[in-house]
Amino acid sequence: MPALPTLLIRHLRTAVISVAALTLLTGCIFPLILFALGRLLAPDQAAGSLVTRNGVVIGSRLIGQSFTRPEYFHPRPSAAGTGYDGTSSGGTNFGPSNPKLIEAVRQLAQDYRKTNGLPTDATIPIDAVTASGSGLDPHISPANAELQIARVARARGLDESAVRRLVAEHTQGPQLGFMGSPRVSVLDLNLALDRAAPPR
Amino acid sequence: MRWFEYIAFLALVVGLAWPVGLYLARVFEGKPTFLDPALRPIESLLYRLLRVYRDGEMSAGSYTLCFLVFSAVSTGGLFLLLLVQRWLPGAPADHYLTTPITADLAMNTAISFSTTTTWQAYAGETTLRYMTQLLGLVSQNFLAGAAGLAIGIAFIRGFSRERSATLGNFWVDLVRALLWVLLPVALVGSLVLIWQGVPLNLAPYTEAHTLEGAVQTIAQGPVAALEFIKNLGTNGGGFFNANGAHPYESPTPLVNFLAMLAIAVLPASLAITFGRMTGRPRAGWMLMAVMVVLFVGGLALCDFAESANPPQLASLHVSGGNMEGKEVRFGIGSSVLAAVVTSNGATGSYNSMHDSYQPLGVLVPLVNMLLGEVIFGGLGSGLCGIILIALVAVFLGGLMIGRTPEYLGKKITAAETRLTVFYALLTPKLVLALTAVALATNAGRAGLVTNNGAHGFTEVLFAYASSMANNGQNMAGLNANSAFYNWTTAVAMLAGRFGLAALALALAGRFAAQRRWPTTSGTLPSDSAIFGALVLGTVLLVGALSFLPALALGPFAEALKH
Repeated sequence: MPALPTLLIRHLRTAVISVAALTLLTGCIFPLILFALGRLLAPDQAAGSLVTRNGVVIGSRLIGQSFTRPEYFHPRPSAAGTGYDGTSSGGTNFGPSNPKLIEAVRQLAQDYRKTNGLPTDATIPIDAVTASGSGLDPHISPANAELQIARVARARGLDESAVRRLVAEHTQGPQLGFMGSPRVSVLDLNLALDRAAPPR
Repeated sequence: MRWFEYIAFLALVVGLAWPVGLYLARVFEGKPTFLDPALRPIESLLYRLLRVYRDGEMSAGSYTLCFLVFSAVSTGGLFLLLLVQRWLPGAPADHYLTTPITADLAMNTAISFSTTTTWQAYAGETTLRYMTQLLGLVSQNFLAGAAGLAIGIAFIRGFSRERSATLGNFWVDLVRALLWVLLPVALVGSLVLIWQGVPLNLAPYTEAHTLEGAVQTIAQGPVAALEFIKNLGTNGGGFFNANGAHPYESPTPLVNFLAMLAIAVLPASLAITFGRMTGRPRAGWMLMAVMVVLFVGGLALCDFAESANPPQLASLHVSGGNMEGKEVRFGIGSSVLAAVVTSNGATGSYNSMHDSYQPLGVLVPLVNMLLGEVIFGGLGSGLCGIILIALVAVFLGGLMIGRTPEYLGKKITAAETRLTVFYALLTPKLVLALTAVALATNAGRAGLVTNNGAHGFTEVLFAYASSMANNGQNMAGLNANSAFYNWTTAVAMLAGRFGLAALALALAGRFAAQRRWPTTSGTLPSDSAIFGALVLGTVLLVGALSFLPALALGPFAEALKH
């Protein structure tokens, strides 16, 4: 058996060549093949599922954005930057017993009840008063949407039943019947509202 | 509905493990497979380039040395790439890259990705160019994952061979792991992800004009190139800061479900590969059964803790389970499944913020990592882990009846026992020591910027457990981008990868050299329920003896507050 230094040098040579060659294979050739196939098979998704209106990019179908006006459905609280910052994803990372979390939820619940004209002891679905993991959650729960229907209908001069119908149209069940949770896409729903009844 | 998803997942993992395990055995025994016509030419080309001979067998020492040298070169290359990335062309533009790449961050990241830990002290969208993510991180996700699989296979050969001085050829195993396993599966998987909405572009960050007239800048990138292999190679480092919670990384529950399968199926299959290559298929299934029992136990506890209305918010009139840090599309079920699978599978690709989990909820991922990720586990390392625990179990069993313990016809003498005990002790000693150092120093406590008290303690313990287990997930409230955490987590990552692998391979080398002793009436059958129960009890016993005091100070103390 050769001495350790000789062995080391021989292995080092193989290691350098293998890292270089395999990096080329997995870090260049693999992504290039994927790029070609992605552009061919699903160009919209590859570009980030961007949504345009009148030729202007208004966001991504997958990325939540901020809504505060009464005529729109509101998304969840967000810890991404100052809220729905697409370059600063993340959650609050508050532990469950952190006083900052409990105080934030109390305040958010108060604001939510006031905004939506609910009694001060109304029970609120938890997704409406907690921040998501990404800070970019594009969805709210159907229960959260339900509590916002009256406000949105009033602001747009629409029947509640018409708004409720739009919510139902934009509610997705668990994928393939068993994966994930029921959800309402806020951007899709608000776009549909703008089409159905432009804000007054 | 949640339980339907859990059961479907587990059924698919166990169901797929059988064919995949047999396929892996064929690949690493060099037998023909249906991919040979396409891959043999590339394989031969690579061997010529590397001057490697397909039949050039290596001793355990040489195998370990090649693994070490390969990893060192990988680390060095990535380190240099990170240091020069400011001169690389392409998006994102400089003004988005607000996190400076210091020498300690570059070293931490390089070690992190070349050890499959993919612990991230940085946020992808504010630190890295697309070019760095592709050339540096995507490639290391493949290479380090393949190296881990090679180690697992070499370890199996220790049991499948007798009177052999060798464990195979590291370079051959590495190349075959890449060409026959990781690359083809990642290619198909990545395409499904793109179809489901994971972006793959080199575009600058998008400026969107929102419905309310604001400007929203959206980070883009070649996300799909990383997204599947990060799970398949049990690496897990996210393209973005929020990792699997980011809607571009996991746009749909289906993407999440496939990601979880990508994490668990290969490591689970290795139990079947082990049974096949050693000619004891039932021993492989018994290991699988032990892993499934432990998996279900953790899942049930985490589900119980997270699906309950948070007791801390009891007076505030909010309904539903703990959704802080979770995404609506995943809800409680897909989030809990991901927390359990990623922490069992040495993969840091969480889809919800574990820092905001209930104390008993985060206890599950924490314990999974502290136990050494023996439930499916990391690619290659998971199988080593569960078998090492099995060796401790047969040793304990041997003590009870006063015989030399043996496993699959291999005797566990004093030398083997010593290696096994070193392996079992390395994680608790190092994790607890580093946690103690962090909590005793100002530099360590400076990381607790979000939470403190018992929860802060858990954050620090979690960080070192994750680094040591080469997992990489974090409780992100801990600010870990400081010289202190960058260096100390790097120590844990190196020990967790190379310390454990060197011990496992040394052990495998000794077993390969032994003859296979015949089964006698005194042998504890490795496929019996008693054996399974003994292994199960040993996992829990060793874990409890090592970590109960630490867990009492962290999650248990916090749980008692409410």
